[in-house]
Order: sequence, then C-alpha cells, then structure tokens
Amino acid sequence: MKFEGTDTYIATEDLMVAVNAAIALERPLLIKGEPGTGKTILAHEIARALDKTLIEWHVKSTTKAQHGLYEYDAVKRLRDSQLGDERVHDIRNYIVKGKLWEAFSHDDQPVLLIDEIDKADIEFPNDLLLELDRMEFYVYETQETVKAEHRPIVIITSNNEKELPDAFLRRCFFHYIRFPERETMEEIIDVHHPGLKKSLLREALNCFFNIRDVPGLKKKPSTSELIDWIKLLVVEDIPPEALKSSDMKTIIPPLYGALLKNEQDVHTFERLVFMAKRGQN
Amino acid sequence: MFVDLFLELRKARVPVSLREYLTLLEAVKLGIASYSVDEFYYLSRSALVKDERNLDKFDQVFGHVFKGLEYLSDIFGVEDVPEEWLKALAEKTLTDEEKAEIEALGGWEKLMETLKKRLEEQQGRHEGGSKWIGTAGTSPYGAYGYNPEGVRIGQEEGREGRAVKVWDKREYKNLDDSVEIGTRNIKVALRRLRRFAREGAPTELDLPDTIHATAKQGWLDIRMVPERHNAVKVLLFLDAGGSMDPHVRVCQELFSAARTEFKHLEYYYFHNCPYEAVWRDNRRRHAERIDTYQVLHTYPADYKVVFVGDASMSPYEIVYPGGSVEHFNPEPGEVWMRRLTQVYPRAVWLNPVPEKYWKYTPSIDMLSQLMDGRMFPLTLEGLDRAMRELSR
Repeated sequence: MKFEGTDTYIATEDLMVAVNAAIALERPLLIKGEPGTGKTILAHEIARALDKTLIEWHVKSTTKAQHGLYEYDAVKRLRDSQLGDERVHDIRNYIVKGKLWEAFSHDDQPVLLIDEIDKADIEFPNDLLLELDRMEFYVYETQETVKAEHRPIVIITSNNEKELPDAFLRRCFFHYIRFPERETMEEIIDVHHPGLKKSLLREALNCFFNIRDVPGLKKKPSTSELIDWIKLLVVEDIPPEALKSSDMKTIIPPLYGALLKNEQDVHTFERLVFMAKRGQN
Repeated sequence: MFVDLFLELRKARVPVSLREYLTLLEAVKLGIASYSVDEFYYLSRSALVKDERNLDKFDQVFGHVFKGLEYLSDIFGVEDVPEEWLKALAEKTLTDEEKAEIEALGGWEKLMETLKKRLEEQQGRHEGGSKWIGTAGTSPYGAYGYNPEGVRIGQEEGREGRAVKVWDKREYKNLDDSVEIGTRNIKVALRRLRRFAREGAPTELDLPDTIHATAKQGWLDIRMVPERHNAVKVLLFLDAGGSMDPHVRVCQELFSAARTEFKHLEYYYFHNCPYEAVWRDNRRRHAERIDTYQVLHTYPADYKVVFVGDASMSPYEIVYPGGSVEHFNPEPGEVWMRRLTQVYPRAVWLNPVPEKYWKYTPSIDMLSQLMDGRMFPLTLEGLDRAMRELSR
C-alpha cells in the first residue's frame, strides 16, 4: 500500500516518502506550504489512490477540540424532558458524534483530514495530543472509551497563521510543499489540462513565472490560480501570441484577474509594466 | 546509527527530540527509505524537522554529517554570505595560465585567511574579475569558478561533472528566519498578546450556567454572559524622524497591525529617546506636546509598553541633561526611561536595526541595558520573542 501520486495529482518524491512514512508508522502527517499548492487536495488524492473513505474536518476559529470528539446536546435533552419524551432517560441519545469519533469507529481504515488546524485557538492542537497519539478518548457522559479499531491516516494542513506546540509537532511527520519548479508545473498542468497546446503552455508559464518574480507582490499567484487561469485562457480561446510580453499593447496578460487577487498587486504590476514600457521606448 | 546526525542537529539548534529520533529509526526499520540516500534524506527531514524555518539548517547539517561539507560560518565567523553574490548568472572559461596562477596563490590556510579578509572588505555583489567573491570569477572563493583549491560557498548544480546533491541545493534558504514582515504576519505575531476577558453587556447565552441554574430552580432560567474581548492594553511609543526614515515602512506596518489588533491601544511619538514630553501628531509636535508625567499618571500599570525605535543616537542624548538634539532637556533620557519602565514593568523595545549591528552602536547597548535586555529586533521572529516576553 504505497502512495505514488494519482492521475490528477503530481506528487514529488519527497512528498511521497513523507506520506508513505506517515501511513506505515500510523502517525499524523502535517502539511504546510504556500496557499494553493494543493495541501487539502492531497488528502482527497490519498483517499482516492488507496481507495479509502475520506472524513473531512474543517477547522474554524471557533472550533474546539471537543467538537471533533463528541458533543452533548443538553438543550435538546432539556426540551425532551419538559415534553416528557421517553428518550430522555438514555443520555446516549443526546451525544452527537464528532469527526474523530466517526473516523475511529469506521469499519475500515479511513483518511482523516484536519484542515487548517492553525485557524483554531492556540490550545487546540494541545487538546488533541492524546487523541491523535493513542487514537482513543473517553466519553464522560456515558463512561465509555472510544478506541480506533483501525488507526486512520491523519493528514493535517496548516497555513502557518499560528505556531503549533512542540509536543504536537513531535508526534507528526512534517512536509513543506515547496512551490513547484517549472518541470513539475508542466506535469501538473498536463494532468489538469491534457492536450494543451505546447505554445500556449510555454507562454502561459513564462507569463506566470514572470508575475511571480515581480517584487513586492502581496499575494503571489499559486498553482491553483495558474490552473484556473489556463482554464480561462482555453475557454476564451486566447491565442498564445497574446501572452508574449514583447507585444506592447497586451503586455498586461489577458484575464489577469485570475492571477492577481489584490488591488494593490494589480497596481504594482501595472506600474512596473508602465515603467518597463517607458524604458523600452 | 544516526546518532551523529541527531546530535549535530541539536548542536545547530534544530529542536529535535529523542522521540522524533526513535520515530526515524522505526521508519528505517520498516524499510521506508529503501537503501537510497535521497529517500533517507526525505524521510529524516520529514521525521525530524517540524518547521520550514529549520529546513535550511537541516540541509546544512545533513550535508555536513554525511559528506563533510564545511560550515561556512565556522570557518569565516560570518553569519551568512549574501545569497545573491552566489547566484549563477555567468560562467567564465578560464585559460590554463589563469589556472596555474590560482594554484600559485598558496595553501588552504592562506586561502581561508584571504577569504576572511575579502568578506570583510567586500560590500556588494561582484561578478567576474579575479579578486572579489562572486560568481564565475577566478577568485578562489565562490561558486562556479575554477580553482583547484577553491572553497565552495554554495552552488546549484555540480560543475565538474559532480552529481547534484539535494541537500546541497539548500532550497529552503529564503525561509530561514524570514525578514519579510507584512501587516498580516505582524497581526499574527501580535495575537500572542491576546488576553480574553468578558466585559460589558451580557449578550451571549451561557449554556452551562443556564443548565445549572435551571436544574437548581426547576424551571428554565436563562443566564447570559458578556462577549469575549481582547482585554490587553498597549501603550506604543514610536520614534519619529531622523534616523528612523529608512525604517518607515516596517514601522507603518507594525502600527497599522497594532491598531486593528488591540482595542485598547494608545500611541505617542518621541524623537530618539523619550524625554519629559511626547506628542501624538508629528506635524504639530512643537505646538501640542503632552507631558510624559501625564502619560505616566493616565494609564495604569497593567498597560504593556512597546517602544519602537532604532536607538541610534549620540550617547549624550541618553545620559546628559541637555543632550537632546531638538530641545533643552532638564533631565537626561536615562531618567525618563527608568521612570517609564518602573511604572510599566511589562515593556519591550523593538529595534528595526538588524541585531547583528547592535554591538557597533553604543547607544543601542545602553538602551538595551536600561530595558534589562528586553530589546528585540523588528523582524517576525523578534516580534514573536517580544510578545512572549510581554505575555509572560
């Protein structure tokens, strides 16, 4: 059972080693990297490649570790008690399972994605230490221990908004997805847009890497933005010649809105283009 | 087996623990790194390094342990050779005469010695030529050059037919202790200072308390609590003008981040060193001055104080009455610094001047002592340290 990328996901060698180590040792894998380099997609692809169920847990700023385990719906029970419902006598009726419980009690080994763990409170990872280490937790209300029959493959993504505690990091494998090089990028585009004209691909990539090299951009365009942009170029049927930066009139790439997502960035870019033009005239 | 790697990593201040090392051994035992050096490199990196800032250090240590690559800083006593010097832009083919000339330059010891000297002398990037460090020259120092005894300062590919080693590429270079600092990053760093407290009007349902009260009363008893807010209070003193001009951008970013992050933020400007008066508007600073005593008396001691300034001035401005460049100050800046830090024990000084230059400016040292060493560089990493200090 080895992960080697899929027909829609190009995994570099170091990423494969990290994923396979995490699977073999049954430890969580922490993935970091620039936004849009395919962190979340990785979990989807692992699940698909290994033919496993994917359980997604998207973390928000208000998410508590307890939400992942279970929640006790006290209000519902209170209402039932006032209405004289029979179910009120069994507390189990009011325990709502969380994503971790779901993953632990799954029939076969699932892939559990804990997405953007850094969005939550600083203490959040600490609260999950034992649960992710031993893959078990205790339900106080019913006094039972939930233990994973098959330790799930845990993929955790982070955007680096908060530092994660050392104790938590020690329990994980770590991989930083570097921004792909041109060759890898060509492969990636090839799996997303098979049969793209070579000339268009070349010009689009030139254009894209030029934009990434513009100094002072607040948000550099990433892989996912490039893929969207190429899709637009194909749909709008833009000829490759239009992307050539030697052409004065169209020096700002068509449909640049897909690449630059920020007013200031567009201004920076336009100003640079303007200056470059003046320099050439 | 890999104890050396582990120990060297710890020596290079990469935070690795025994547990991670055991994990690595376990993985090796399971045969994940099937006898290939590259795979072992990837595996150990993934198991031992948990922060991309340490990847560059890891690459260096790995190269050192498994190949004997010299640490540059050990040899030269310099922290870093600027990356751009070494960027490969051109390569020059050397004649045989030149090669011979280089060989004649002297032995290894001499080479090191000269390089050390060159590094001190050299100010900017240099390319070609035969003396300075750069690329494609005939100087023995730098990459892509030819010298039989040459010292390699980093290169992207092997030149003379040598294989590319992944860790030698040190691709994570630019992530090491990032200097780039943006409003968003600053906000994240400032978030460390959050102290949540419930104050004000009760607007949220307090579920546990409601259940408790209901159970006690026997009827539905709704309890409310106020919303949680960041209750930390910050007093910001900013150095304005003069030597601070080169640092305006980073200070602006810090200021705008602080403004949105803290509800209770008060700010004042000073020039070089705080004296008996500060001001809120730089344009009218001669007309509208605020007595520093007034500031001391207005804000209670639970305010946290952040000074932002380069602390670069004449030492007289700190220790002598009348030393200020702008006006006659009856009491020296030193006295005012003491007063401020006494009233506000939680205080830090953020300095936009890079830390490695601090020791060359006496006034920075003096102010750092006045702050009991709580002076931090205005980088993300420094800001982080400062915020930890404040929230302690």
